[in-house]
Amino acid sequence: MSKFLSSVVSFIVFFVVSIAIAGEHFVPITSYRTGPYGVSGAPAANGYVDYLKMINARDGGVGGVKLAWEECETAYKPDRFVECYERLKNKGEAGATVFQPLGTGLTYSVIDRLAADKVPLITMGYGRTDASDGSVFPWVFPLMANYWSISTAKIKFIGEQVGGMDKLKGLKIANVYHDSAYGKETLPVLLKQAEKYGFELKGFPVAHPGLDQKATWLNVRRFKPDYVVLRGWGVMNQTSIKEAARARIPANKLVGVIWSCSELDTVPAGKAAIGYNCSSLINPGSNYRVFDDILKYVYDAGEGTGEKEEVGHQQNYKMGVLMGIMTVESINKATEKYGNKPMSGEQVRWGIENLDLNKARLQEMGIDGFIPTFKVSCSDHEGSAPVKFQKWNGKEFEPASDWIATDQSIIRPMIEASASGYAKEKGITPGCN
Amino acid sequence: MFYREAGQFKTSYKKDQSILPIFQDRIAMVAMLIFCFIVIPLFANDYWLASILVPFLALSLAALGLNVLTGYAGQISLGTAAFMAVGAFAAFNLQVRVPEIPFLIAFLWGGFCAAGVGILFGLPSLRIKGFYLAVATLAAQFFIEWLFTHFDWFTNYSTSGVITAPPMTLLGMAIDNPLSKYFLVLSIVVICAFFVRNLARSEIGRAWMAVRDMDIAAEAIGINLMKTKLLAFGVSSFLCGLAGALWAYVVLGTVEPQAFDIARSFEILFMIVIGGLGSVSGAFLGAGFMILLPILLNNVGSLITGGTISTETIAHIEYMVFGAFIIFFLIVEPNGLARLWQTGKEKLRLWPFPY
Repeated sequence: MSKFLSSVVSFIVFFVVSIAIAGEHFVPITSYRTGPYGVSGAPAANGYVDYLKMINARDGGVGGVKLAWEECETAYKPDRFVECYERLKNKGEAGATVFQPLGTGLTYSVIDRLAADKVPLITMGYGRTDASDGSVFPWVFPLMANYWSISTAKIKFIGEQVGGMDKLKGLKIANVYHDSAYGKETLPVLLKQAEKYGFELKGFPVAHPGLDQKATWLNVRRFKPDYVVLRGWGVMNQTSIKEAARARIPANKLVGVIWSCSELDTVPAGKAAIGYNCSSLINPGSNYRVFDDILKYVYDAGEGTGEKEEVGHQQNYKMGVLMGIMTVESINKATEKYGNKPMSGEQVRWGIENLDLNKARLQEMGIDGFIPTFKVSCSDHEGSAPVKFQKWNGKEFEPASDWIATDQSIIRPMIEASASGYAKEKGITPGCN
Repeated sequence: MFYREAGQFKTSYKKDQSILPIFQDRIAMVAMLIFCFIVIPLFANDYWLASILVPFLALSLAALGLNVLTGYAGQISLGTAAFMAVGAFAAFNLQVRVPEIPFLIAFLWGGFCAAGVGILFGLPSLRIKGFYLAVATLAAQFFIEWLFTHFDWFTNYSTSGVITAPPMTLLGMAIDNPLSKYFLVLSIVVICAFFVRNLARSEIGRAWMAVRDMDIAAEAIGINLMKTKLLAFGVSSFLCGLAGALWAYVVLGTVEPQAFDIARSFEILFMIVIGGLGSVSGAFLGAGFMILLPILLNNVGSLITGGTISTETIAHIEYMVFGAFIIFFLIVEPNGLARLWQTGKEKLRLWPFPY
């Protein structure tokens, strides 16, 4: 009985408090600082919050309207994410601007509600891959590169390493992947590329959570691959790197996905990780004005969210800053059309769809070189940005390649087929308005 | 004083056997139903309906299923989430392959498939008991999860292995907003709760309780152990399958094997342990405790601190407070919250006298 009363009281108080956030763009931050992936999620959330704080301090918000945010802990569980989403979607004067779940399973659990709630989703580098076709998924934006695009970039990188795409013929490539929906997502596109370029592909699934991979890597060793494509997440990554060294597969023959590409994966693997290559949406290095600004406007003012050493030096933190950049730039673009007032989800959706990050704008924002230039449109919710590869030298990541463009000629037909299948299943008429 | 049954005479066998013999109980039940069906929809907003009440009801149905198996029939099962997964995937597969079938039929089909699988994995119960049976049902949990991850046929060859539930329409009305979803889940759960309550009072229920208390003695007085135990598995898995289908269709909207992992099985087991084994209200009380209390703690935590403490700290404090509550309740009443409620009602019948 008292439990019910206190929940009624908290509901009333919560309702009252939520009215109080007015006159600001509201950014919901659904982070995971606890749970199995908390070590990856915490720095990303820190980066996101730090960037928003910096924009408020340095620029006074976006278009003169400050940014407000609230964090909600999801512990990387879809049902908690749904609860956070429902709790935060109507907060703020104009409602939530945009959600960034930072998890594929989390994304899937709310896709069906977005149209009714009029809130967009940015799923940068993951998410529902076929949402790159914006005519079927108007509210989901897998910005910059989705899983399939990154996969084509990885094969192109391997091609670069062996001296040309024609030299891929007859090569043996092992695909060690996390045995889950996330891990299996690139199998079709890898098979297609194996067909196209003539390399031999073999898949080696690793059972969740991936702490015990001895048997897997014995099999990989038996396959005698020339290159190993690694697609892990969480604690699987460092174990894979260590086991690869134990199986006497040199680290520079490993090519990891962007979610296997952080200090959290390489540092615990120690010497075994030296020479490890992996893909990234951002350039390695910390020599960008945006990080100097964060240090100056946020940390020097004592408002830093995480550790000062992380700023610009930790991959997950930098990805968090990238998430902040995408949110703020989308809000900025929306204010160009809708004026300088708190932006609603629907208006920000227009902003994301019309994002045009060209060189001039990147220079203005202090991130020229940090990310590549790219442009979003209704049919292309991804933006088809190129992907960078970085190499771990024992202390930090350094560039291992230039920006490698992804091969949309392979991916686009697959995306359109998958999206139209979804449209038929759900009875959506695709179209770009 | 309030609960006195003096003056309530039963004049027919039928009235004597009614499910709620005491008049005050009947009033309370009607009041509760009015509250659930009329008052809550009037005052609750989307957040409460969609993220709190609907998941609570879906999981309490699963807890009800497990309570049938573990609470009434005494067979420990750690495969609850696997049976939920079977229900969800079976319902999805039927609807995808035969699109004209209404979703309620698909739910029933999911339930029956789960019942079949449950009976199959319940076969070890005929030879082993207790911990050993728990391990055998654990095999069900891992096997089903592996099966759905590895054979693309179940996910209709979707590239990501995560499938979206087809839209639901009932009598021409689309069930896509929180209010309609709430009514759907509430109706199904109320019907199932009455079903289980009646089943527990019937000959089958008494056979289950006899098997739970001492199965050798039950066999000695003529109860067919095989039929009784397998029926328990069947009914329990049917309810779990129905709950799984509801979880996939109504709560999440997506069907993926990872949503039905071992953590979910343990969660439901804890619900009935805390709520009370062997009672219908125990399932609801346990589900309420395990689902509503963390959300309440999270909300109250962020309200009180107002952003000064990080969400991480609040999440950790939530775990600690939750754990403390579990320990407290199990010390105060090892038989669960339902027993506390029952004791309260008994005292109420004698009030203001102490005995």
